[in-house]
Amino acid sequence: MSLASTQSVAEIKARNKELIDEVLKVYPEKTAKRRAKHLNVHEAGKSDCGVKSNLKSIPGVMTIRGCAYAGSKGVVWGPIKDMIHISHGPVGCGQYSWGSRRNYYVGTTGIDTFGTMQFTSDFQEKDIVFGGDKKLAKVIDEIQDLFPLNRGISIQSECPIGLIGDDIEAVSRVKSKEYNGKTIVPVRCEGFRGVSQSLGHHIANDAIRDWVFDKITSETERRFEPTPYDVAIIGDYNIGGDAWSSRILLEEMGLRVIAQWSGDGSLAELEATPKAKLNILHCYRSMNYISRHMEEKFGIPWCEYNFFGPSKIVESLRKIASFFDDKIKEAAERVIVKYQPLMDAVIAKYRPRLEGKSVMLFVGGLRPRHVIGAYEDLGMEVIGTGYEFGHNDDYQRTAQHYVKDGTLIYDDVTGYEFERFVEKIQPDLVGSGIKEKYVFQKMGVPFRQMHSWDYSGPYHGYDGFAIFARDMDMAINSPIWKKTRAPWKDAPRPSLMAAE
Amino acid sequence: MTQNAENVLDHFELFRGPEYQQMLANKRALFENAHDPAEVARIREWAKTPEYREKNFEREELTINPAKACQPLGAVFASVGFEGTLPFVHGSQGCVAYYRSHLSRHFKEPTSCVSSSMTEDAAVFGGLNNMIDGLANSYNMYKPKMISVSTTCMAEVIGDDLNAFIKTSKEKGSVPAKFDVPFAHTPAFVGSHVTGYDNALKGIIEHFWDGKSGSEPKLEREPSDKINFIGGFDGYTVGNIREIKRIFELMGIRYTILADNSDVFDTPTDGEFRMYDGGTTLKDASDAIHAKATISMQQYCTEKTLPFIESHGQQVVAFNHPVGVSATDDFLMTLSRITGKAIPKVLEQERGRLVDAMADSSAHIHGKKFAIYGDPDLCYGLATFLLELGAEPTHVLSTNGNKAWEEKMQALFASSQFGKDCHAYPGKDLWHMRSLLFTEPVDFLIGNTYGKYLERDTGTPLIRIGFPVFDRHHHHRYPVWGYQGGMNVLVKILDRIFEEIDKNTNVVGKTDYSFDIIR
Repeated sequence: MSLASTQSVAEIKARNKELIDEVLKVYPEKTAKRRAKHLNVHEAGKSDCGVKSNLKSIPGVMTIRGCAYAGSKGVVWGPIKDMIHISHGPVGCGQYSWGSRRNYYVGTTGIDTFGTMQFTSDFQEKDIVFGGDKKLAKVIDEIQDLFPLNRGISIQSECPIGLIGDDIEAVSRVKSKEYNGKTIVPVRCEGFRGVSQSLGHHIANDAIRDWVFDKITSETERRFEPTPYDVAIIGDYNIGGDAWSSRILLEEMGLRVIAQWSGDGSLAELEATPKAKLNILHCYRSMNYISRHMEEKFGIPWCEYNFFGPSKIVESLRKIASFFDDKIKEAAERVIVKYQPLMDAVIAKYRPRLEGKSVMLFVGGLRPRHVIGAYEDLGMEVIGTGYEFGHNDDYQRTAQHYVKDGTLIYDDVTGYEFERFVEKIQPDLVGSGIKEKYVFQKMGVPFRQMHSWDYSGPYHGYDGFAIFARDMDMAINSPIWKKTRAPWKDAPRPSLMAAE
Repeated sequence: MTQNAENVLDHFELFRGPEYQQMLANKRALFENAHDPAEVARIREWAKTPEYREKNFEREELTINPAKACQPLGAVFASVGFEGTLPFVHGSQGCVAYYRSHLSRHFKEPTSCVSSSMTEDAAVFGGLNNMIDGLANSYNMYKPKMISVSTTCMAEVIGDDLNAFIKTSKEKGSVPAKFDVPFAHTPAFVGSHVTGYDNALKGIIEHFWDGKSGSEPKLEREPSDKINFIGGFDGYTVGNIREIKRIFELMGIRYTILADNSDVFDTPTDGEFRMYDGGTTLKDASDAIHAKATISMQQYCTEKTLPFIESHGQQVVAFNHPVGVSATDDFLMTLSRITGKAIPKVLEQERGRLVDAMADSSAHIHGKKFAIYGDPDLCYGLATFLLELGAEPTHVLSTNGNKAWEEKMQALFASSQFGKDCHAYPGKDLWHMRSLLFTEPVDFLIGNTYGKYLERDTGTPLIRIGFPVFDRHHHHRYPVWGYQGGMNVLVKILDRIFEEIDKNTNVVGKTDYSFDIIR
């Protein structure tokens, strides 16, 4: 049983406030003032979590954040499997983001699918001095030569591209014309833009709007025959197969998923999306922009959903069904009934092992709030959470639908703050990323990577919840955590004492 | 329903169920605008041909699956090898997130590093304010003994001057005037991670030896009998550095490891997070000027550092990631020559044991063809060992290798009858390697984790040696240097060979007459 659940809400609030004051003390005054705005204790009934967000990180602190390139190439564009994504600039960015998000796909890699490859223009000093446009044009030619079955190309700009003023839009236009209107998308996602990967999501969405939607030809239109039940999954990156364990439920309730954005996605699916009757949006942060655009321009409604844990899945299936006729609504109920025994069995098995355990989260996108319901389904409590790159509307959603009174909130947490919080609160589990994983494990705190599912997954949907429950049990109840202290450290051995 | 609470199926099994298979087939047929499978098969076969290889090798501007990373990664790697040192990367923050993830994924360890979080305004006005605030924050929060500054491509393109910026920051009180802030310019568009290692290490040594950016008098060298040792960018630093220390101690050599990151990438799990652990002390970094000689284990990681050290009056020697008997002999004899210390009996016994092991097993390796890729020094060391085993290192490819490296490799091949048909490929990538493996097949492939795509596509069994190794655990704990390191490499190669033999002979009633229990 964790410390948190033995205290009253008032005590918890007081402790959390004290903790915030304590961590702020280490900073120089100006920094403390800025960081103070990002830390808070949630008050029930408030419309948001009371923290500032989407502001610049402070120099010299260990922020967990990435950059716009990471948001565009790493998150949104990279998983589009039948296109080739050029990491345009020096070699590093493409190398570090190569295959690391586990966006699962099916296809023949290197022939008609390119998801786990790293294409780069590998900028050298001369390219910085003389500009890289000619190089880019040639890179595109060479791609066409060696990979004739690619369906399109995107150009993901790294920092130097914007700084030296290369005209990647012009190169894209010329080359697209040369290759019979081929989709070639310039994306201005240089890493110095904005304050985190979040701007990269927005830029990537805008590039889809301008360089895919606005260029749909009558031929691509002809390929598609609509039905009344067409939906698109928006904002699922198919990490460990998440989008598949989600898609199967939507199809079981009689819907036709015409596109997946962008995990296991293809250019044809992007192009078909404006024909959907409803866009269903999982990661609000990364893809609300394009959903809003489709609503305005094509009149397609969108609804958010959450497929973590049975409570939220049931809620979401009903919400999605509410946009359709009785046939779908009834089918949704049948899906809920069908999976109920599986959920009962999973909870019966794992809840007794996890009841009352406390969790602290720090992740990006939707997870700092969306997974809270799944933990609650297992009898666990999330006592601290925050976003790497959330905006005010994320904190509103968190406050209004997810967190409890007294929850510790930390936006763009620094390594220092996160370590102190965990050290003092001693949660039973921390869920965050690879950079945090080993820090907390060294401290003897069980940990799960909630970006990559620690190489497990899927976690979405009913099938995913079984895995989620198993993994949390595995992390918290692993016998290894009883071994972190050497036995001779716990109590001095009497014989030795006597000998001294 | 596929899922089962009693025996939970995850991605390995779940999607093989009929429901999912049907779903994925429908998706492909209806929505993906997929190419005709016959056309996919045709292109797939074409991509294995000599014609494709020729086209592939004609490529001038496109790089596909390179086996190299960028300079700042190497700078971070070198910097954490000093006592209480916080690497500070001047540039945009996303890069640092990448370096930390990359190193953590390989070592399964925390990697501490900060950036100056430069954004658009810094791109326009320069990053001086980011440096001033950043140094103050890092200094207060993480209480380092030293902050080692390097750059990203962004800071280099806009031309930020680290020396001037650090001086100004000190004047503004970000850190005390006497606080050590060595620096190195490490543009990501020049060289690779091994260049960054070299630049950062040189920057740190230069700081201590040459008067701390003009704030103190330069050190006067008072020659001693100590030896400096530099490991270079090395994915096995944890096991290797410890092995080297053991060898030095056995020989009774007084030494300083420069950039000793063997502890910081191997901290215990005991309830405490150590942000800094071990490392070369700052005093030792200063005193290293007095050493008799400096030994670099990797020539291409110390191309600037060694001449700098040499110009201060020391002997310098560079090796190429020695692996195996003769390379270790050479290393030990050089140590002995420089220090006047004898090579002890214990090491002689270890040598004999490695030779013994090679003699016992060489029948299984002799004549086998290998392809190797990785950093230039590692490639050289592995190729030397294979030649020694009677194997043929047929294709040796280094994305960050240059012309001089190619010549050196070719000279090595020329020195052995087993190197007759072997070739070095500088500046090439893993897509080039793919063509090589299809058109001139080999028996085994040696390289880092990214080689698993080559193994899948070409069927060439992969032996994982190099950096990064993300998909296997704890290899970095076992040395590949010294005779004992050679033994580890030998076993790793043999295990894979035997595994293949078993896999190829395990068909019951058909091939299993050779499914032997004694080999």
